[in-house]
Amino acid sequence: MVTSTLDRPDRLTAAHAPPKISLLDRARRVAIETARIHADDVDKQARFPREAIEALRKEHLLSAGIPRELGGGGADIVELGTICEALAQECAATGMIYAMHVIQVACIVRHHANAPFFGAFLRDICERQLLLASVTSEVGVGGETRTSIAAVVREAGRYTVEKNATTISYGAEADALLLTARASANAAPGDQVLVLLCSGEYSLEKKSNWDTLGMRGTCSPAFHVRASGPDDRILPVPFATISSETMVPYSHILWSSAWLGIATSALARARAFVRMQARSKPGAVPPGALRLAEASSQLQLMSNNVYEVADEWHRLTIRPDAEHDDALSSIALALKMNNLKIATSQLVVDIVNRALSICGIHGYRNDSTFAVGRHLRDAHSAALMVANDRIYNNNASLLLVLKDD
Amino acid sequence: MKDEIRNILRDHARLAAAIDSIGDDTDLYQAGMTSHASVNVMLALEGLLDIEFPDRMLRRSVFESISAIDRAVEELLASR
Repeated sequence: MVTSTLDRPDRLTAAHAPPKISLLDRARRVAIETARIHADDVDKQARFPREAIEALRKEHLLSAGIPRELGGGGADIVELGTICEALAQECAATGMIYAMHVIQVACIVRHHANAPFFGAFLRDICERQLLLASVTSEVGVGGETRTSIAAVVREAGRYTVEKNATTISYGAEADALLLTARASANAAPGDQVLVLLCSGEYSLEKKSNWDTLGMRGTCSPAFHVRASGPDDRILPVPFATISSETMVPYSHILWSSAWLGIATSALARARAFVRMQARSKPGAVPPGALRLAEASSQLQLMSNNVYEVADEWHRLTIRPDAEHDDALSSIALALKMNNLKIATSQLVVDIVNRALSICGIHGYRNDSTFAVGRHLRDAHSAALMVANDRIYNNNASLLLVLKDD
Repeated sequence: MKDEIRNILRDHARLAAAIDSIGDDTDLYQAGMTSHASVNVMLALEGLLDIEFPDRMLRRSVFESISAIDRAVEELLASR
């Protein structure tokens, strides 16, 4: 397990000092005491997991990824991953919403370049436990997040922007949105900026429903977004940089962590089922035990993949210097991040399938303690969150120039 | 060399503007070159000049302008 940075003496003022137990313990408490209880209802009703998100607020976990000097939990990527995993074990929608929020926060933390507005906003997240959502999708760009049609118009110290988003996860429930758009009306499709849409400075018009196979609690319908506000809401770094240095790596690591939670939970049910079988006939190894041994090896493969890549990212980012910066922007690392996403999005479905075959009809039933139907439906979202074929295509072109030297 | 680079950019960078309007220090990404297009630019340069961009040069900054590409190409040609 990861050593928590929270074990260090707390330098925060008493006003927003978080509880003294570790971030991961607090996340486990939210997962077990709240997320678990509502997970089936969240799934059945396709509703926002408001109880679990409220519990995360109470535990100060929405600011876990913000540096301690700003009032946050100071968690690194590995710790953030363990939190996503712990939450997703009980409610995948909660784990994925948390992951997506943390990714948005990281984009601001790592790229606000000491802009006063964003420094104040990060403190605001800590004090008010604000939930951030992302508006990277757009009708007409074919799923390519590095391309925008919508453009920011700047005039007299203010910006305006309008965007047709194909999906905004928990858009209606978020306290603020981070939106991609072209830097100006004349900018090329790939010349994008990231704009923070603060509460009161945007409106959302819902354009579709959210009735999906899985991840139903993320509530991610299409919206038409209109926003206007002071132009210091625009992050001072091009989105191209934010995307490659933070949004993509954080997404792949934290999504994979959430999927690891789904796989771990399904396999836990299969293990409980096999133990129950074994107890009913002591001396005879139950038929599912062999399948369980196979699945356990797959789970270890998945877990090692997630934590190895998260650890490498952490090592490269903890002490920024020229050599580490080169490694961070290298094609080899981009390839590794992409491979992580592809591998874990496939492994999660594979492992949940194995759990289903082990539990048999008890796994297939929705009213059984060994039910893995929700896990299976949630797991199938993984290959679609940035389609694996798109990522394979990117890797195919990266491999044309990578020399391995 | 910059003329050869311009020719390759014209054929492979998929810039929004005509190549003649692109200055030596114009940001090519802002001018519309995607990272996918930059891979094709790199492959075309490698083919034309019989060079290989080592992994340490496979960075966004190396392809951000005609001047930056020129510096990288000259370095590779000199060390050949």
